[in-house]
Amino acid sequence: MLKSFVAKRAALLTACVTACLGIGAPAMAAWQPTKPIEIIVPAGAGGASDQMARMMQAAIQNNKLSPTPIVVTLKGGANGGEGLMDMLASAGDPYKMVISNSAIYTLPLANKLPFDWRKLTPVSILAFDNFVLWVNAGSPYKTTQDFVEAVKKEPAGAFKLGGTGSKREDHILAAAVERIAGVKFSYIPYKSGGEAATQLVGDHIKVNVNNPSENVAVWRAGQVRALCVFDTEPMNYPAKVTADQSWKDIPTCKSQGIDFQWIMLRGVFLPSGVTPDQVAFYQDLLGKLVQTTEFKDYLEKQALKPSDLKGAEMVKFLEKDEALYKDLMTQSGFVATN
Amino acid sequence: MEALDSLLHGFGVLLTFHNMLLMLVGICLGILVGVLPGLGGPNGVAILLPLTFTMDPTSAIVLLSCIYWGALFGGAITSILFNIPGEAWSVATTFDGYPMAQKGQAAEALTAAFTASFFGSIAAVMLITFLAPWIATFALRFGPPEFFAVYLLTFCSFVGLGKEARHKIVISLALGFLLAAVGMDTVSGELRMTFGSVEMLRGFDFLVAVIGLFGISEILLAMEEHLAFKGQEAKIRLSVVWRTWLTLPRYWVTLLRSSAIGCWLGVTPGGAIAASFMGYNLAKRFSRDGANFGKGKIEGVLAPETAAHAAGTSALLPMLALGIPGSGTAAVLLGGLMVWGLQPGPLLFVEQKDFVWGLIASMYLGNIAGLIIVLATVPLFASVLRVPFATIAPMIIVSCAIGAFAVQNAMFDIWLMLGFGVVGYLFKKTGIPLAPMTLALVLGDKAEDAFRQSMIGLDGGLGIFWSNKLVGTITTLALVMLFWPLIGKLIDLARGSGRHEPAGAAGSGSSRA
Repeated sequence: MLKSFVAKRAALLTACVTACLGIGAPAMAAWQPTKPIEIIVPAGAGGASDQMARMMQAAIQNNKLSPTPIVVTLKGGANGGEGLMDMLASAGDPYKMVISNSAIYTLPLANKLPFDWRKLTPVSILAFDNFVLWVNAGSPYKTTQDFVEAVKKEPAGAFKLGGTGSKREDHILAAAVERIAGVKFSYIPYKSGGEAATQLVGDHIKVNVNNPSENVAVWRAGQVRALCVFDTEPMNYPAKVTADQSWKDIPTCKSQGIDFQWIMLRGVFLPSGVTPDQVAFYQDLLGKLVQTTEFKDYLEKQALKPSDLKGAEMVKFLEKDEALYKDLMTQSGFVATN
Repeated sequence: MEALDSLLHGFGVLLTFHNMLLMLVGICLGILVGVLPGLGGPNGVAILLPLTFTMDPTSAIVLLSCIYWGALFGGAITSILFNIPGEAWSVATTFDGYPMAQKGQAAEALTAAFTASFFGSIAAVMLITFLAPWIATFALRFGPPEFFAVYLLTFCSFVGLGKEARHKIVISLALGFLLAAVGMDTVSGELRMTFGSVEMLRGFDFLVAVIGLFGISEILLAMEEHLAFKGQEAKIRLSVVWRTWLTLPRYWVTLLRSSAIGCWLGVTPGGAIAASFMGYNLAKRFSRDGANFGKGKIEGVLAPETAAHAAGTSALLPMLALGIPGSGTAAVLLGGLMVWGLQPGPLLFVEQKDFVWGLIASMYLGNIAGLIIVLATVPLFASVLRVPFATIAPMIIVSCAIGAFAVQNAMFDIWLMLGFGVVGYLFKKTGIPLAPMTLALVLGDKAEDAFRQSMIGLDGGLGIFWSNKLVGTITTLALVMLFWPLIGKLIDLARGSGRHEPAGAAGSGSSRA
């Protein structure tokens, strides 16, 4: 134990001496952090982004992937607008990364927040989150068709659909489902997906479109039923989660008559004005992170879709995704006009 | 009896040298962060969370939850000594705690506060131990109308039971509502009253406001009075603890009532803050000596502390059983649970018996250990008041500034704190109570969200607040509270010549209405 410790120290020392004397190839003079790295979470405590940041912090520290510690800072004001604006103001600071979701499109569009993701440096998209159509387990709707039929029979707006916030991903999805299925819900905005989950279990709303991780606890307890997932193919997790169902067993909404794909990025950005060396360090760090068992466990537990988009590919995706948001939000009248 | 077996199992898990040591460390750290205004439980837990990643979940939650208990105890200390609430729920403790300290009874007030905290926590833990599944089901019955009714009850009890002139209470409440509306509106998804400023995006943080309104304004007042400070003859003998304890059994009704209020509001996310105010107001109304509340009555310390801690403790139950955090600290702990590989939710109690019952057992032991530690420090803290005010005032201001900064790591918040300090000073000069404003600042946007969520849909109309027995009862109770002064008068009239009756709740109500 002691021996290996001494050996490690010696190796470190050698490495340091080599680096300090510039013996290593100068062409590979890779950037290394010399003070703690801050992960900005543009969301509240306990939410999906916060959990992701804590997992990254734990995985990076336990596997010693970074020479300096990781700190998590919550800046959740204005649905994350506070954290995003903070990133804008931190140009050139390579010690700040933000984990963002589609708020990077919705906040500028719906709230005229002077933010543009092009003013940040995209590093990589770590995962995509799916959306599932959920109803209370005690309700008579066994399939998506049952459900749509039932909604059509009632007067428009009789069914309450709960989601996170207003003019955001859940609300946009709900409006798209209304158009495609030819139905009308009353959309109820809650502060968090967890709230939307318990409100569904308590039968205060009839349906929600929560991410898998937001509903998994009540799904396993047999309190809600999953009708379909808004993706082109079923989620790729075949292990049983409830007594008789796995994530993979949930059919796609397309196969059930609602032809719509809706996924949300969970991506990492640096501020603008950072050097390519610094970006390379973070891409390498996150590349190692996704190989850790902690990260793989986390993906499976939250039923997230793995992603390896980075660099130019990531920018291409962001542009396409933003256009989709803009189109859907315009159709639903969520874009601020004045 | 199954619960008792499980609890014994939990004690078995907990009683290792390692876990007991973590418990003591956690409590001491918690008291420390609780004493510093602004740097409360949520911050303390968040700072130490990374240290627990490599621990097993039971040890980790023991350490973090003990920080929480410590912070709950520690929050009362600055409220009583300096009129600066260390935690949001300690605001009501200042009403009588600070006057007691000024009369030289700081040690008595601290002892009463700690003992009441302990009583409230233990009541809530017993509730969790024996009724957890039932409470989890009960909490599910709360939809938007029920939540709104609870908030309405809190506001109405303030107006109806408050001692100050009612129009001043309403002014204070209204200003609080206005400030609470700044920032992102959940229901419309629009930004309100941010005026294009990035700093305003996050709205007004409650803690920043409280530190300014109470702490800074108190310093300003003291400066005006030529730095006179009346707490110097504070007794610092440990025997004060025993003498104070001997007087406590007399207040058993207050303790029980506050525990019940706290447990109930903790389970619904009305939370510890609402509980402490309601506990205080009800104790004032139903006490035989209600008129002397606010002048340094021990009952006025016992009532809010018991309620706040019962609520703070029972707030952990919705987090464990539903995955919905009942408080800021609970939200941070929730993030921790996921990292340790646990999934909060209905199955946690079934699948993770070691963890859940270890945690519940640690609530019992942690509170007992916490009580012993804080009581031992009573003389130490009380003697702080012997330091000349001119020396200690700058230190208080610095610690207030650090606290305000720590809430969001924002320099802007320090300016806000100073601004609120001036507002607090003007309020105190004009006799407008500060507490309604702080209450409205915390619960205002939640109440607004709940009201507007209730109004969405085809059944949206005021009738929804009487649409079932639960919400109907709470709403009616709220209106009774609001009109209590009038109702009290009517009861007096109906009694006619019933003057030989002892001056009870109704009597004192009419005398002020």
